[in-house]
Amino acid sequence: MTEKYSGILIFAEQKDKTIHKVVFELLSEGRKLAEQLGVGVYCALLGPGGIDAKELIYRGADAVYYVEDDEIFNMPDELAYSENLVNLIKTIKPEICLIGATSLGRSIAPRVAAALETGLTADCTDLRIDDDGKLIQIRPAFSENILAHIVSDKMPQMATVRYKEFQESKPDFNRTGEIVSFNSIRPMDRTFEFIKELSRKETDISDSDVVVSVGAGIKNSEDIKMIYELAGLLKGTVGASRAVVENGFISREHQIGYSGNRVKPKLYFACAISGAAQHIAGMKDADTIIAINTDPSAPIFNIADYGIVGDIYEIVPMLIKRLKEINQN
Amino acid sequence: MRVIVLVKQVPDMERVKFDTEKGVIDRKSAGTEINPFDLNALETALQIGEKTNSEIIVLSMGPHSAEQSIRDAIARGAHKGILLNDKKFGGSDVKATSVTICAGIKKIGNFDLIIAGMQSVDGDTGQVGAEIAQILKIPHISFVEKLNEFDCNSLTVTSNIWEGIYLKKVKLPALITVTKDINIPRLPSFKNKMLARKAEVTVWGYDDLEEHLEESQLGFKGSPTKVKKIVIPKTAHREGKMWREDYSHAVDNLIEVFKCRKILEV
Repeated sequence: MTEKYSGILIFAEQKDKTIHKVVFELLSEGRKLAEQLGVGVYCALLGPGGIDAKELIYRGADAVYYVEDDEIFNMPDELAYSENLVNLIKTIKPEICLIGATSLGRSIAPRVAAALETGLTADCTDLRIDDDGKLIQIRPAFSENILAHIVSDKMPQMATVRYKEFQESKPDFNRTGEIVSFNSIRPMDRTFEFIKELSRKETDISDSDVVVSVGAGIKNSEDIKMIYELAGLLKGTVGASRAVVENGFISREHQIGYSGNRVKPKLYFACAISGAAQHIAGMKDADTIIAINTDPSAPIFNIADYGIVGDIYEIVPMLIKRLKEINQN
Repeated sequence: MRVIVLVKQVPDMERVKFDTEKGVIDRKSAGTEINPFDLNALETALQIGEKTNSEIIVLSMGPHSAEQSIRDAIARGAHKGILLNDKKFGGSDVKATSVTICAGIKKIGNFDLIIAGMQSVDGDTGQVGAEIAQILKIPHISFVEKLNEFDCNSLTVTSNIWEGIYLKKVKLPALITVTKDINIPRLPSFKNKMLARKAEVTVWGYDDLEEHLEESQLGFKGSPTKVKKIVIPKTAHREGKMWREDYSHAVDNLIEVFKCRKILEV
């Protein structure tokens, strides 16, 4: 029965006709897996007309199935997305189906898996092919303390994959492939009466190369200004520990940790963060970690490349002053 | 209206110890509690219930000890609790769990709204809610952070999804999963605590759900995903350089780090 299933299908998430970068990461990883299996890589592009589908070919797809609909894919309508994706998967029967673990991806993937009566592994950080040609889905579990290697014995083998785990594939303009248009289906019973966009995120903290975070050592919301100033000078974004968010000093969008955002920046600068397990789970994969804390036994120092035992109220202003001097020269 | 709240008993993740040698969680090292996100789900249900005079039923799947979580939910205001418990349910993955919980929901019957937390803090997949919605063939809205309007026929909520904030109105029956931003869960009242202690928690096993469930869909056998092995991740090598005084010198060093790492252009 499994012989019928072949190839790797990647869900090419888009918003306003722009393809999410996680798709390019999945294309680079998908290509590697496909070479090992000797199969093709396909993209499922669900969106309005006028998307540059060729870019997916240049970046590694052998074919793009473009389900074009100007109406139903303009909003995060899980029913429309999942029903169309299920329809496509049933037609092309891929052995592997990868979906970026974005908020939309995490919301539609379970519907798709349940409709296909197959397994689904959440939030993978690595993928491999085993000796039997099956997909090993690797995901962190229990506050990132372990990595579970998971296999699925049903087809297709489905996984959502975290953003920023793989390098983006670079476009190769000599690559060729087919763009197949595919009819959309409209969910019969429109149970959503409406979906309206109220606002959109200006910056996504997980996209930042530099994150300057503040913890419980900050005394009031006014003092966060110096953290913003430091982040600005380093062209970064401001993060926060759960305590700071729960004190109402900053909105939850900034929360770093297991129950907030997970970040993987080039530089993570932890100001007065002690380093509770729940916080560390969200930032421990940063390339470089700097920490300032008054308590020399704070756990954050165990994972920091550079640590200063001291008060942020003394050190951060010094650093801001130095950075400004550098900028002026 | 009938509102079903899905709750899971989880270890207290702030306190639980982890055996890095064996790669397992030492469940005895910490107490258990209701999954924190599920408390927000329960609070949402209670708020809706107060305005619409709804029946709030708490549904959980897990070991016998999970009765404690159900009692806790009753102490916070739920009217009734049901635990799905059977040896045959052991080893369930997302799919088997969703199918089993759906059987429980079908046995309860006549529901208008199902509310779940956006994820559990131990399993952390965030997938069971949407799978249940698909199996029940009802719409779902994920990551609900505000309850805008509701009546017995429809629900309007604010959802944080697709890099934006969306207002969604859905006809009932439907399922929503909620974030921690949606509300501050109330504490158990003294009166309800007394009630909860005496409350009868209904326990349903496979035999009770047989009508809605096939044995092949259950537990380890009914789970398409299997954990092949557990690996302890290698921790990244860190410089581990520390300064305890002479902050001016430390700041000079950090500036060098910024330059080296190309954070600062020179």
